[in-house]
Amino acid sequence: MENWLPKLPIADWVDVFVTWLTTNLDAAFSGITSVLEAVVEGMVAGFGYIPSYVFMILLTLIAWKIANKTIALFTLIGLFLISNLGYWDPMLETLALVLTAVIISILLGIPLGIWASQKQSVRQVITPILDFMQTMPAFVYLIPAIFFFNIGVVPGVVASVIFSMPPTIRLTILGIQQVPEDIIEATEAFGSTTSQRLLKVQLPLAMPTIMAGINQSIMLALSMVVIASMVGAPGLGADVYRAVTQIQIGKGFEAGLAIVVIAIILDRLTQNIGKSKKHGGTA
Amino acid sequence: MKKIEVRNVTKVFGKSKKAIQLLRDGESKQTILKKTGATVGVNQANFSVEAGEIFVIMGLSGSGKSTLVRMLNRLIDPTIGEVLIDGQDIVKMNKEQLREVRRKKISMVFQKFALLPHRTVLENTEYGLEIQGVPKDTRTQKAMDALNLVGLEGYENQYPGQLSGGMQQRVGLARALANDADILLMDEAFSALDPLIRKDMQDELLELQAKMKKTIVFITHDLDEALRIGDRIALMKDGSIVQIGTAEEILMNPSNDYVERFVEDVDLSKVLTAGHVMKRAESVSIEKGPRVALKNMKELGISSIYVVDKKKTLLGAITAADAKYALERGEKLAGILQQDVPTVLPDTLLTDLFEKVSTATIPVSVVDENRRLLGILVRGAVIGALAGNNIDLNTITDVKTEVAAGKLERTNQGDVPAVSAQAKPFNGDNFSSTLDQRSKGSLPDNTIKLNFSGRMNEINDTPNSDREVN
Ligand SMILES: Nc1ncnc2c1ncn2[C@@H]1O[C@H](COP(=O)(O)OP(=O)(O)OP(=O)(O)O)[C@@H](O)[C@H]1O
Ligand SMILES: [Mg+2]
Repeated sequence: MENWLPKLPIADWVDVFVTWLTTNLDAAFSGITSVLEAVVEGMVAGFGYIPSYVFMILLTLIAWKIANKTIALFTLIGLFLISNLGYWDPMLETLALVLTAVIISILLGIPLGIWASQKQSVRQVITPILDFMQTMPAFVYLIPAIFFFNIGVVPGVVASVIFSMPPTIRLTILGIQQVPEDIIEATEAFGSTTSQRLLKVQLPLAMPTIMAGINQSIMLALSMVVIASMVGAPGLGADVYRAVTQIQIGKGFEAGLAIVVIAIILDRLTQNIGKSKKHGGTA
Repeated sequence: MKKIEVRNVTKVFGKSKKAIQLLRDGESKQTILKKTGATVGVNQANFSVEAGEIFVIMGLSGSGKSTLVRMLNRLIDPTIGEVLIDGQDIVKMNKEQLREVRRKKISMVFQKFALLPHRTVLENTEYGLEIQGVPKDTRTQKAMDALNLVGLEGYENQYPGQLSGGMQQRVGLARALANDADILLMDEAFSALDPLIRKDMQDELLELQAKMKKTIVFITHDLDEALRIGDRIALMKDGSIVQIGTAEEILMNPSNDYVERFVEDVDLSKVLTAGHVMKRAESVSIEKGPRVALKNMKELGISSIYVVDKKKTLLGAITAADAKYALERGEKLAGILQQDVPTVLPDTLLTDLFEKVSTATIPVSVVDENRRLLGILVRGAVIGALAGNNIDLNTITDVKTEVAAGKLERTNQGDVPAVSAQAKPFNGDNFSSTLDQRSKGSLPDNTIKLNFSGRMNEINDTPNSDREVN
């Protein structure tokens, strides 16, 4: 087979494409870079401005309000542990990175999901791209990301967005499509416009599913923090990475534990946001 | 006034071009599916619905009822044909015009309620007005009025999931009523409810209809429901309308085997009324003397007779024995009048008058609201009608059976009066033959509760039953 078909030069094509992007869209990329940098740094500064004990109590109260006592207690103890181990500032940096990535995922992912839910053709284009984003090893797009966005937190954010956005899109599509056909018929029969149908019926009914997607996106973004640290993103990931490269098993475990604690807190909080507005069964 | 007019409407799911051609050639749904792979949803339907009418579309599962009703507000686009709402063809309308029609003229109630689970009962009811941009105060007021109409006051802040099926469908009905559209489409609206609730809802719908005079297109696969609430009924089979008519027309003159099979098990006692089976009442004016009354009774061979005034208002009855007594004493009719006589209104269902008919010692009288004597119920005729004897029914005038023709060219011309039946009014009842039929078991047992005890001999129902029974 190799004899009659020479090797396809996909590698060369990609190289050419990336070079073309870096030379021609340089202004756009540096614009994105400075905005993202400002957002993440602003967030870190904002978090850092709050005294750690105030931050702990605040988050505990939020956990109590949204979820329950157990989760509130876990939040308090977990955050205290992180502070005690001396990972408070890296934790804030990680939080800023993850939140930035997730906010971008939501801002892009939900509109894309809505669009795809309404149009079969969009769905057909988007689905393979989502598969690609989720399965292509992160290292592969980390390298070009450095070209576009320099070393630092920004390529980390971009890689996290690419990796974490698919669940938000997928579950937005799913949630909207799951709205029962007869309910859609009813809204049509009363003369709703497309946007009324979307805003008053489909999105509210899809909300729990969309929240599940956002929850997954947060988890995936957190799972990227170590990889992000390889291109220079600061935070708990950097501590883990350093510990691993210096074979400091205990330190690595501590930093890893801090990530787990943050992951559990964020997971439980977002899981319960979707459920806090519940009423009866479905009709 | 014609509120809805459906002309030659056809829906083909799948590749339609070839299928339409085959339909024109009169091919069946099955053949078309085999030849083209396309499913015929509705085949060349023609009918119109008058303002204020309850028009029932009935048929077995898959016969195309839902498809047809959804073409009335274009939730499904017809493949060909016209749907005129107030004379305007909605098939030709653009999106905005269609939306206006859906908002202002047509509401719909769904089989599985289709309520919005994230909204309260009130918010659900308000939905139609909300999307029209009606101010909050006004729409809340209208929604509350609608909820009161369906008996849901006090539930407005509950969520649909907290209500029973019957109550949920009331919300569905209130939602449809709130935006005050003239036309109500109801696709198997009561089918998901259990039988008792279902009957309540039917009664309530009829009550509401008496007040509101909507034009209602009601889908059902249940014949009893169709007969109970329908002013006219259209019967569908394989996408085609096979017969359109009133309940009696369909029951008494099924246009083909299919309809006949559909209606053969029906309980006639729940369809026919006193007006259908009553016979002409022999009566005597109060001004006449006992001698005239006695003569009348003798000539007719009956032992009692109703007494009326000049305006035919029922005053009471007298028996031959009393008349004789009065004659001997020289008294007037007024002196021997029995005022306590059994009466029913003409629209009383047979099922509701068995009791009266079987216990009365004289034939029950049928009177209108002003107590004017319209006729009498002769026991034999009541039973005969239940047995399906057309001959025992009064005239069904203007039986107009619209047959969905197999060819487009024919149906294009509109309604085709195909059958016109004329039963003889006030014919003598054929009591003995009815009894024969009963003994052969041709009468549905559950419908006959009349008492055949010996009292029969004492009563002279009609001139000839007297002779035959004896
Ligand atoms: N979206 C669709 N695509 C293809 N075929 C359809 C579609 N909707 C309905 N049909 C077909 O059209 C025919 C009529 O269906 P319809 O739902 O109108 O029947 P129905 O009388 O309402 O039945 P039921 O009593 O079960 O509700 C059936 O043969 C059905 O399979
Ligand atoms: Mg149906």
